[in-house]
Amino acid sequence: MKFTIGWLKEHLDTKFKDSEIIKKLTDVGLEVESFEKVSSDLDNFKVAKIINAEQHPNADKLKVCDVDIGAQDTVKVVCGAPNAKKDLLTVYAGPGSVIPKNKMKLTVSKIRGVTSYGMLCSESELNLSDESDGITELKSNKYSDKVGKNFFKNNTEKVIDLSITPNRPDCLGVRGIARDLAAAGVGKLKHTSNTKIKNNGAQKIKISITKNKNQGCTIFGSCLIKDVANKESPKWLKDKIESLGQKSISAIVDITNYVMLDLNRPLHAYDADKIDKEIIVRNSVKGETFEALDNKEYKLDNDMCVISDKSGVLGLGGIIGGTRSGTEFNTKNILLESAYFLPRSIRKTSKLLNIDTDAKFRFERGIDPQSVELGLKKASKLITEICGGKVSKFDVQKIKKDKKNKIKFNISLFERIAGFKVKDKEIIKILTDLGFEVSKKKLELELKIPSWRPDITQPIDIVEEIVRIKGYNNIRTLEPDKTRLKATLNKQQKLFHFLQRSVASKGYFETVTWSFTDSKLNSLFKENYKEIKIVNPISSDLDVLRNSIFSNLTSYLKKNLDRGFKDVSLFEIGPIFKDNKPGEQLTVIGAIKSGKISRLNWNEENRSVDVFDAKKDVIQTLVEAGYERQNLFVREKSPSYYHPGKSGSVYLDKDDIDPVAYFGEIHPNITKKIDIKTEALVGFEIYLDYLKDKKLKLKDLKSQFKISDYQKSDRDFAFVVDKHFKAQDLIDIISSIDESLIKSVKIFDVYEGENIPKDKKSIALNVTIQSSEKTLEESDLEKINKLIISTVETKSGAKIRS
Amino acid sequence: MSDIKKIKDEFLERLNGDLNIESVNQIKSELFGKNGKISTSFKNLGSLPAEERKKFASDLNFVKDELQVKINKKIEQIEIKEINSKLENEKIDVTLPERNIVQGKIHPVSQVIDELSSIFSEIGFSVEEGPDVENEHYNFTALNTPDNHPARDMHDTFYLDDKKELLLRTHTSPVQVRTMLKGKPPFKIIAPGRTYRSDSDQTHAPMFHQVEGLHIDKNINMGHLKGCLDYFIKSFFEVDKIKMRFRPSHFPFTEPSAEVDIGYELKDGKIVIGEGDKWLEILGCGMVHPNVLKNVKINPDKYQGYAFGIGIDRLAMLKYGINDLRAFFETDYRWLNHFGFDPIDVPSNYRGLSR
Repeated sequence: MKFTIGWLKEHLDTKFKDSEIIKKLTDVGLEVESFEKVSSDLDNFKVAKIINAEQHPNADKLKVCDVDIGAQDTVKVVCGAPNAKKDLLTVYAGPGSVIPKNKMKLTVSKIRGVTSYGMLCSESELNLSDESDGITELKSNKYSDKVGKNFFKNNTEKVIDLSITPNRPDCLGVRGIARDLAAAGVGKLKHTSNTKIKNNGAQKIKISITKNKNQGCTIFGSCLIKDVANKESPKWLKDKIESLGQKSISAIVDITNYVMLDLNRPLHAYDADKIDKEIIVRNSVKGETFEALDNKEYKLDNDMCVISDKSGVLGLGGIIGGTRSGTEFNTKNILLESAYFLPRSIRKTSKLLNIDTDAKFRFERGIDPQSVELGLKKASKLITEICGGKVSKFDVQKIKKDKKNKIKFNISLFERIAGFKVKDKEIIKILTDLGFEVSKKKLELELKIPSWRPDITQPIDIVEEIVRIKGYNNIRTLEPDKTRLKATLNKQQKLFHFLQRSVASKGYFETVTWSFTDSKLNSLFKENYKEIKIVNPISSDLDVLRNSIFSNLTSYLKKNLDRGFKDVSLFEIGPIFKDNKPGEQLTVIGAIKSGKISRLNWNEENRSVDVFDAKKDVIQTLVEAGYERQNLFVREKSPSYYHPGKSGSVYLDKDDIDPVAYFGEIHPNITKKIDIKTEALVGFEIYLDYLKDKKLKLKDLKSQFKISDYQKSDRDFAFVVDKHFKAQDLIDIISSIDESLIKSVKIFDVYEGENIPKDKKSIALNVTIQSSEKTLEESDLEKINKLIISTVETKSGAKIRS
Repeated sequence: MSDIKKIKDEFLERLNGDLNIESVNQIKSELFGKNGKISTSFKNLGSLPAEERKKFASDLNFVKDELQVKINKKIEQIEIKEINSKLENEKIDVTLPERNIVQGKIHPVSQVIDELSSIFSEIGFSVEEGPDVENEHYNFTALNTPDNHPARDMHDTFYLDDKKELLLRTHTSPVQVRTMLKGKPPFKIIAPGRTYRSDSDQTHAPMFHQVEGLHIDKNINMGHLKGCLDYFIKSFFEVDKIKMRFRPSHFPFTEPSAEVDIGYELKDGKIVIGEGDKWLEILGCGMVHPNVLKNVKINPDKYQGYAFGIGIDRLAMLKYGINDLRAFFETDYRWLNHFGFDPIDVPSNYRGLSR
């Protein structure tokens, strides 16, 4: 909402300084976005001085001028005027300016091979005179110290731009703003002038509001103004309209706009001679069309509120008028409309047709239904003053009686909510100043709500009115109450924060990417999940919710590789989506690692990252989170975007069916499709929702501290097993032979090749044996050795290597 | 006796020479070996007259000890010398680079969420979460924003079905509704999380983060709201004094509503939060609207309280001097490295929020 201080003072009698008014506006909830002069096209025209003028290298009649426009650097302008010469003071128009005479918009352009920034203007081009033979020559005594200044004076006042919240339609008019300021103590609200206008004769065009179901119009006021002479607006009106950055069109249009901006009372002027017999306000019928003032043809659906005549639709009530009945300079007779349209109807229709107009914006927030006649009065008075003509009596059709809403306000509610006291007398004054009719009944106020405040419906709204006018600075700052109702984080949230930092501590950079992604990319990682389309995506490459974190992660990895990075480790912890319903999401960690370990390191041999790097990171993270290593179980199963031979899934327990994590090399087809160029790419995913919380709290988890000081013995074994036999199973077989004696099993070599049958491999292990009861004797060790060999051989079909 | 002295003097002198370990061992065996001079002397003890034997034995023992000490010392000296010279040869350039460091990073948004959780934990709030995909009811209607309300236009909503019933939440406020529906008052929660609006330019991203706050009890008024936010802002920006301004505003789900500005100044192009004369809007808040309480079956005549919503990304930008919102989500390795936090830097109250 834009207006000037001068305009405000037409409604407000105040001695406050501009700066005080600005501050007060914000204090009462009318946020000031800016307070400055509106820049006009004419600001582009500067007083300039030619510093140097040289012959154009490729054209005899052109010159290349260095022009001082008051900026740090001079600009180069190609000019064809014979009088362009060194030291001449003239008028410069920069790129973007519109030449007043021919409305040509300037751009930076090459003229015969020399780039010209803007133009030096003749008097004719500036509409100053008919002189078009050369560029404007300015007198040096008057203009020599004005280089860089605007050539045209900008007489407009500073404009206040308010950001009006949707609950305050009344402040979309200057008078409403003045009322709020007056209530807050910034002067007095002026009375509206009540000069009578002569109403001659009845309004002869018949108006009817049809009783349709969901009729969007409840009041239709109008008057006929005959024998007007529409013309350009007088200067005061033109200035007012233009000071807000709007275009002046004609007196009649400007007047309706002026009344709208002044009182938030939208009006519409019809050329009465173009109306076919009568006005019918009715619901539209599907298929009806009309051409609106924005020169677009709209095809209507059922039940849109239209203003029509015998021939068809004239306009959409409260939204936009039609070209068929629009006023023009030669319009003789006007039908002026001042109506009330229901916000719900306006909103529905404008959304369906996708129209946004000033009138729509206002009606959808709620116009004062009791301003119908005031609007007609103010506009018709101005029209007769400026354009002449005779005004008919006002015709007001209503299909619903409007009466002021009442509420009862218990005064104690104010202190209960605001936390401070305001005297009853002051409360009554504030409400009265805002337009409420107040009567006090003991501890209660009976309030009639002003018709321009559709936002006020219940007592809490009254609290807001009082506290905002009284000032939010009166609210006390109370010490925060520190009572805790429950623990800050629940177990799942703790796990989230723990895993997040655990993964980061392994050298991964945490990133946050969109929850949506490119459907093409997503399809590479979606597995069996449903594709979830966004109906209105921000762009076609962000058109689905992600089914996996890898889609975004891999594409951003690619971007970093393209930036020249080679060894990149990234992870994200966040949602992936299973369906488009609330709650159908999982919290997942996705991590990827590319390139090499120890690249360009003088003392360590580099190697490509591999599946065991990913496995180490995922296992270590789980172990750090409190899941014991020996319980974790790995299977070969993994999603299709992993390398089928170099990936696996992790289970919290051997008997679990659902994995909690996957790890592995990324499938080469995927890296190829995304065009990722790196020596190696591995990754892992951890599903937080599947990490069952079966562990105790740490304080309960710590068992008694027991260690054995008896001597440990190490024994090495090498078994030849089937190539496909799992190392994990071998360890498992040995570990479970005697858990009280076998303390650890470590694989230190895996060998295939010479001396080993083709379908076999050799696994070499080191077993640590220790008793907690005694020092084991050679015979005990021999016994356990034999047991290990025989058990492994029976259970796995392996042969001990001799 | 003179023999012993002779032996002693002779060997002591030899041992004073510049010897290697082999020569010392040679001397050792010459003295204490099977036929060594000292060993032989001991063997000869028996042949001495009884009255001399005692003194001789004592002298011999004395000399033996002295020589032995001398030999041990000499061996030790030689060994030290050998080790020193060996170590001298092993000297390398320690200014060569260490093995590669791995240092991961925590994203600024995560760090700030942890900071917020820590701050609000101090005054008794717990953390709640809600789904990213919401339905129209929780995101709007239950929050007193019916379909025909123009405030809906202020949220450019991403929809997931043609009926516009399923959407990506446009704010974290639906968590208020979910929390209140599943429990009984009082409530004292914050709800950080992802939020979405179909809006994208230099200062808007289609996804951003908010933290919702909600405190409902029997007598919570606007003074408590102001106190809570005053505490939060000072703690978060780690300053003792801050200029704060409450301005009336409008949100359908709170009444009265306010926007909060904090004072700042520009120093060398950087925003310095505190007592400058410029205002910066940082959050929206208000008293929970009675209609919202009714929608979650709470009696507004018995319970009341406040709610607030803060942009987390913006907080991170202000605190850590980050200029570009879009960069938060672009995964530029250089940016993550520059603005990311060490994972060990867990914000906590006892140790301070940030380093």
